[in-house]
Amino acid sequence: MARAFNWLLPHPLLTLILTVVWVLLQNNVSAGMVVFGIILGIIIPLITSAWWPDRPKGFRLGKMFVYSVIVIWDILVANVQVAWIVLTVPNAKLKPAWIAIPLELRQPEAITVLAGTITLTPGTVSSDLSDEGHSLLVHVLHTDDPDGVRDDIKNRYERRLLEIFS
Amino acid sequence: MTLEMIAGFVAGLCLLIGSFFVLVGAIGLLKFNDSMCRLHAPTKVGTVGIGMMLLASMLNAIAAGTGSMHELLIMAFLFVTAPVSANFIAKVNIHRRSCETPPPPLEDDTWSTLNSPEAEQP
Repeated sequence: MARAFNWLLPHPLLTLILTVVWVLLQNNVSAGMVVFGIILGIIIPLITSAWWPDRPKGFRLGKMFVYSVIVIWDILVANVQVAWIVLTVPNAKLKPAWIAIPLELRQPEAITVLAGTITLTPGTVSSDLSDEGHSLLVHVLHTDDPDGVRDDIKNRYERRLLEIFS
Repeated sequence: MTLEMIAGFVAGLCLLIGSFFVLVGAIGLLKFNDSMCRLHAPTKVGTVGIGMMLLASMLNAIAAGTGSMHELLIMAFLFVTAPVSANFIAKVNIHRRSCETPPPPLEDDTWSTLNSPEAEQP
């Protein structure tokens, strides 16, 4: 039973996402559209599973939901802060900085989510990964305390991502 | 005061907030000197500015009785793709040395963008 389930749904979450995206694209929540979405959601992961060789095994959806809410809140707060910086801080007083963040995350998917989060929260842009993928380079627009920003990112986002992808 | 009117006012408020953030993003793009600092402006426009405008569009459509969920998809795709383009622009900046060269990483040898055969030659 479990093997049949694994064969039919190699990537259950992708199936769910494809179904939801299909229904949203059609803009029409009817039984036919949902069934067709589920059919697409089963066929596409089956065909493309060859290109997902090392997908993460564990993924906690509930914690990901909490994480998304925290990130959206941070985006709103940080947007106001950065708008304030843009409007009030003159160029001469701006203190941009590079920050190198040592990573504990190892899965490429988790690092991608972390880098995306850092870019989406205004004031920080993730710029580069080190050649072996153990550090992340982040550019900060204006900070007095680069180490504080690094610890903030590690405690607030990376710790939660370590729990999500475990 | 009907529900439709209230939705109209809220949608207008969302449009104002959204356009304010888009304006701030454009000011930031013009104001800063350094290309890395300029990169910070578009990421703001992409999140709250566009998000608020899409929210206004959704509210308006729902109040008019033709509710549409396409805006949610636009937001989702925007949130997924905006960091990728920002990352590419940052990599180009580092590669062309059009910004301050970043300090070396703590754990590995060098940053992957700088790890090219041309970088070894002076």
